[in-house]
Amino acid sequence: MLDTIFFYVFALLTIGGAIATITRRSAMHSALSLIVSLLGVAGLYLLQKAEFLFAVQIVLYIGGIMVLFLFVIMLVNLDQAAKERQFNRQWLLGLVASVLVGAQMVWMLNSAGVLSLPAAVPAPAATGPGNIEALADLLFREYLLPFEVASLLLLVAIVGSVMMAKKTS
Amino acid sequence: MLVNFTPPSASEYIRVLPEILLTVGGTILMIAEGLAGERHRRGLAPMALAFLLLALGGAVVAGMDPGPAFNNMLTVDGYATFFRLLVLIVGILSVLISGSYLTRENADSADYYALILFSLCGQSILASANELIMVFIGLEISSIATYVLAGFLRNDKRNNEAAIKYFLLGSFATAFLLYGVGWIYGVTGTTNLQEIHRFLTSSESVYSPLLVSACAAMMFVGFAFKVSAAPFQGWAPDVYQGAPAPVSAFMTAAPKAAAFAVFLRVYSIAFSGLTERWQPILWVSAMATMVIGNFAALRQDNIKRMLAYSSVAHAGYVMVAVVAHSEAGVAAAMFYLASYAFMNLGAFAIVTHYVGKGERYVGIDDMAGYARQQPLIAALFTWFLLSLIGVPLTGGFFGKFYVFKSAIDSNLIWLTVLGLLNSAVAAYYYLRIIVVMYFHEPTNETGAAGPVPAGVRLALIGSAIGVFVLGVMPSAVLEFANRSAMLSR
Repeated sequence: MLDTIFFYVFALLTIGGAIATITRRSAMHSALSLIVSLLGVAGLYLLQKAEFLFAVQIVLYIGGIMVLFLFVIMLVNLDQAAKERQFNRQWLLGLVASVLVGAQMVWMLNSAGVLSLPAAVPAPAATGPGNIEALADLLFREYLLPFEVASLLLLVAIVGSVMMAKKTS
Repeated sequence: MLVNFTPPSASEYIRVLPEILLTVGGTILMIAEGLAGERHRRGLAPMALAFLLLALGGAVVAGMDPGPAFNNMLTVDGYATFFRLLVLIVGILSVLISGSYLTRENADSADYYALILFSLCGQSILASANELIMVFIGLEISSIATYVLAGFLRNDKRNNEAAIKYFLLGSFATAFLLYGVGWIYGVTGTTNLQEIHRFLTSSESVYSPLLVSACAAMMFVGFAFKVSAAPFQGWAPDVYQGAPAPVSAFMTAAPKAAAFAVFLRVYSIAFSGLTERWQPILWVSAMATMVIGNFAALRQDNIKRMLAYSSVAHAGYVMVAVVAHSEAGVAAAMFYLASYAFMNLGAFAIVTHYVGKGERYVGIDDMAGYARQQPLIAALFTWFLLSLIGVPLTGGFFGKFYVFKSAIDSNLIWLTVLGLLNSAVAAYYYLRIIVVMYFHEPTNETGAAGPVPAGVRLALIGSAIGVFVLGVMPSAVLEFANRSAMLSR
């Protein structure tokens, strides 16, 4: 029961924050709303007993990435951006499209029987090593190659962004 | 816990040799530029070429000892080796035409070559990926590198437009793909292609076909974007037209071939049990891609934009082979992509040279009398255009022949008829260039009558030989394709 209440609180935070992120005019407000949304997701992770993801979500997303966002926002001229005409004015079309896609998904999940599943059987309590150890085990054993290749992905992204950002001679 | 840990064996490392060589090569290139300084920039292209040749050798060595690598993350089979070799050859030809272009634009830089190498590394991973996680990472490495390459000349507005369009839409498409992968994991509990196949075809597993179809559909959005298949082809003309010409040449051949490779692998292994659900959708997409590409190309005046639309149309022909969903279809797609890579690179190499400094706008009528100024180059251009039409004795002919043959074998009569009608339409806009080059009086003195740089010349000869070999002796390549077309489930 308590779990359910917490779930709805976190879900509300996540969705409310996400909606505020895209509707606020000021970039600063958007960024702060995004933090709320990410916090809600972190809470959902905790409810799923994924402590590691919870910690990473807080430290990396809210701690690291959001600070970076805020830096960027402070560097650009905010007043100017707030006054300017927003790029995309297709409010109505966007709303109709998302309602349609949403309805389609609900219909599909419903006819797939996902929405009316019997009450979930609680996952067996983890035996043996904890969450983080299990993750490390998977990451460095089974998923060693993707883990290593992801570093190449990051390298390419860094090289690309530096190239795009550096001053032209 | 570590008792049962076995480190990867040496043969597993050899199976990822091309990826290792490309990554090391790209990194060394970036360091070398810093160490050698500005004056030695001319050495960068040969260095990149050397690494590409090494990787080509690596791919051959890796292909001699087929098998899975790193817990089934990759599988190096004949199919993977075919596409690895194909993208590496495209890489070599693109580097050959890039050198003089970058010097002309005063933009020589190791980053350019490093990004080409990294992008090829991603495509090489895609060619051998056997796991949706590797598919995603490989696709992203390849795409991010090409986003940057598309906007490489930052002072050029067209470059900027191409890069931002490609980047925004591409990220959106990849998000769809990733969402599909997430759902697949939710339904089947695995991301390994064979295991997904096993789960979906086993009578014991409980799942909703509707949900799996939704996954397949979302992944289709991602793949269709990367191969520029309708209705996700909208970005292609703007990006191919706006990007630097050698990059367009690269983009229309290598990333597209790799994306098709993984598209085919995922759909013919993981989703092979759901054929009757995805085949109609792909049928419509193949038809629309051919029609949109060809009819839009008819109306183009700019030669680069016309080639961009033609690239969309050719993706449509390969889609026909995907719809066929048979081993013959897979082999036909492999052959088609190889022949398309050569003829398209050849055509783009000439455009790269012809546009001159600052990439002026070249309309089709500007080619008037080109045959008189540069008879040899015009003859080669004609050769590539004939191959793009699909005239016998060229690689393009056998490509189309095998594609439509596989479609007929799979009872796709209407699609074949539509495809053939489309090829006839396509002949018009390719022939128009040939007519203008040979039978129109030169109107103005064009700046591109200058000598052709050695790199471009080499690339032209290489592509022309490729088109010729595939057109006259297709059996060697086709046999290899046929042998590798049986993807292990």
